[in-house]
Amino acid sequence: MAETALNDTRAPLGITELRAGNWRLALLVAVIVMTVSIIALPGEISFWVSLAAVLFVGLSIVINAWGNSPGPLLVAPALALLVVMNIFPLMWSFGLSFFKFRVNRLAPPKFTGLSNYEKILTDPTVWDRLQTTAIVVVLTVTTQMVVGFLLALLFEREFPLRRVLLMLVLTPMMLSFVAVGAFFRFYYEPTFGLLSQAVRVFTGEVFILQATPAGAMAGIVIADAWMWSPFVMLLVVAGLVSVPKYLYEAAEIDRASWWRKFRTITFPYIRSLLLLALLFRTIEAFKLFDIVFLITDGGPGTSTETIAVYVYRLGFQAFRTSQASALSYILLFVVIVLTNLYLYFARQRDAQV
Amino acid sequence: MAWRKRREIGKAGWGWTGFAGIISFIYFFPVLWIILTAFKSNADVLSVPPKFLFTPTLENFVSVFRRSYIPGQAAVDTGFDLFFFNSIYIAGTSVALALVIGTLAAYGFSRYPLRGNDTYMFIILTTRMLPPIIVIIPIFLMFRLAGLSGTYTGIIALYTAFNLPFTIWMMKSFFDELAPDIEDAGRLDGSSERRVFFKICLPQVRAGLAATAVFGLILTWNEFLFALLLTGIDTRTIPVAMAQTIGGDIGVRWGLLAAIETLFLIPVIVVVFALQKHLLRGVTFGTIKR
Repeated sequence: MAETALNDTRAPLGITELRAGNWRLALLVAVIVMTVSIIALPGEISFWVSLAAVLFVGLSIVINAWGNSPGPLLVAPALALLVVMNIFPLMWSFGLSFFKFRVNRLAPPKFTGLSNYEKILTDPTVWDRLQTTAIVVVLTVTTQMVVGFLLALLFEREFPLRRVLLMLVLTPMMLSFVAVGAFFRFYYEPTFGLLSQAVRVFTGEVFILQATPAGAMAGIVIADAWMWSPFVMLLVVAGLVSVPKYLYEAAEIDRASWWRKFRTITFPYIRSLLLLALLFRTIEAFKLFDIVFLITDGGPGTSTETIAVYVYRLGFQAFRTSQASALSYILLFVVIVLTNLYLYFARQRDAQV
Repeated sequence: MAWRKRREIGKAGWGWTGFAGIISFIYFFPVLWIILTAFKSNADVLSVPPKFLFTPTLENFVSVFRRSYIPGQAAVDTGFDLFFFNSIYIAGTSVALALVIGTLAAYGFSRYPLRGNDTYMFIILTTRMLPPIIVIIPIFLMFRLAGLSGTYTGIIALYTAFNLPFTIWMMKSFFDELAPDIEDAGRLDGSSERRVFFKICLPQVRAGLAATAVFGLILTWNEFLFALLLTGIDTRTIPVAMAQTIGGDIGVRWGLLAAIETLFLIPVIVVVFALQKHLLRGVTFGTIKR
């Protein structure tokens, strides 16, 4: 009853109706103004014009919400901040990706249409970096899934001191990438690093892990997998705990084999969570930056340079600002698709549980 | 069969603790070794083979804050007290702001769904999922134009926005779990909407608020890329300072770095222990509850 009283009973405004609260019209006007200003005006002025346009839309939404249900008013501040700090910059860089522009030059942006995208998509370096990223993603996510699953089998049951031991295993996940990067750099150090010393005991030679592309790749994958396997474990444990105990009891009476129990009872309960873990970790591994930056800095050569590191180099070392924006947009598209998939499966599971 | 005493399914004894203990210890070893390294003298840090037994010293912790760059000369401030202050101040302020704005929004999304509510929630999550490197270029340009790079205002505003999606998703998941009966009862008793929010809903999600705040603090505390590009000398945070310690030309002082990391670690380990119940929800940004 209370719900219906709060709902908007007024008819929605038509898009052409000229009223302060018609936010759809405001949005349309704002988009046109922003596009024109980005194309026609110099960067600095178009920035302020665009910001004003965004605030104008926000104001219109607030006016529309006034005296109505409190919903829009509650979410307005959050949306406003997100638009100013996230959406607006993204739209701006989308505009920028159609221009020739370098942040370290005074020359004003020059409209070049799709040429940045053309350059990016035909550049063999980009494809090479994407390939590197794909290798990192596949290796690290696979390792995390396997290690995480094994750890989950360990922590699935109740035992004394479980909480304390869980703390030890879960800590890596909450560390900063910088700390983890520094740890592993220390362990990979050729002369006194723990790993190098351990290998030397067996081979008698100085071991430099990062001397070969494969070794450097392994170094990154080990660090990242060590950090994030507990994440997979956490999800799998949640799935394992949700299996009703009576199913196992029934299976015990039927003297079902371990494999059969796993396949018919356990797996259906953890399947959706495994999928979610896989997707979540894929998204995160796809944007791997800090660990690579700190452990190998993309080396040796460019053999471990992931796409995120490449965008950083393109944008902040080579100062090809607009090309980096174009490449960013391609990455954004990938992330949106993956996030959409993730949420789809998360909602599906939510409906089942 | 029925009279034989069977162990309950899903329970294990001390034997399992021993087994799990060994594996957990191995898993935790990289962290442990850093903590040990922090207490070693410089010679012990670099010793081959590695030393497991050594005389602990606090030398490294002291030289985090004051050290002499040339042996024999007077110690100079390293600025790390300022970096620690920056990290705490920036993370604290931005998380507090995000918590206020985000909790209101989460309540709005949960109780008064807008048309296209799911789309809003999706866009909000996407802003959190996208690689920071994508947003950093336009934000960098924007901050330069607005004169915000290197200021506290700029980085706090950015981190507030960075924390918002997480806060909204977390808090919405907590609000969604509340039973609507109590609220409806409150409304029938004539409570205003404001009163329902402050006196009925908010007290029930107190634990959720705490969990969200702490996760936000850790995420912000750990953030590197934004801080690297958008903070100046006066506003530098610990992760950036740490990365610069590694990148030094005169050779890395690993004992020193380990000491910084150990100081950095303590709050994190405490939090992991205290918040185990909410960890799953926290690391998945509130998208998975159980």
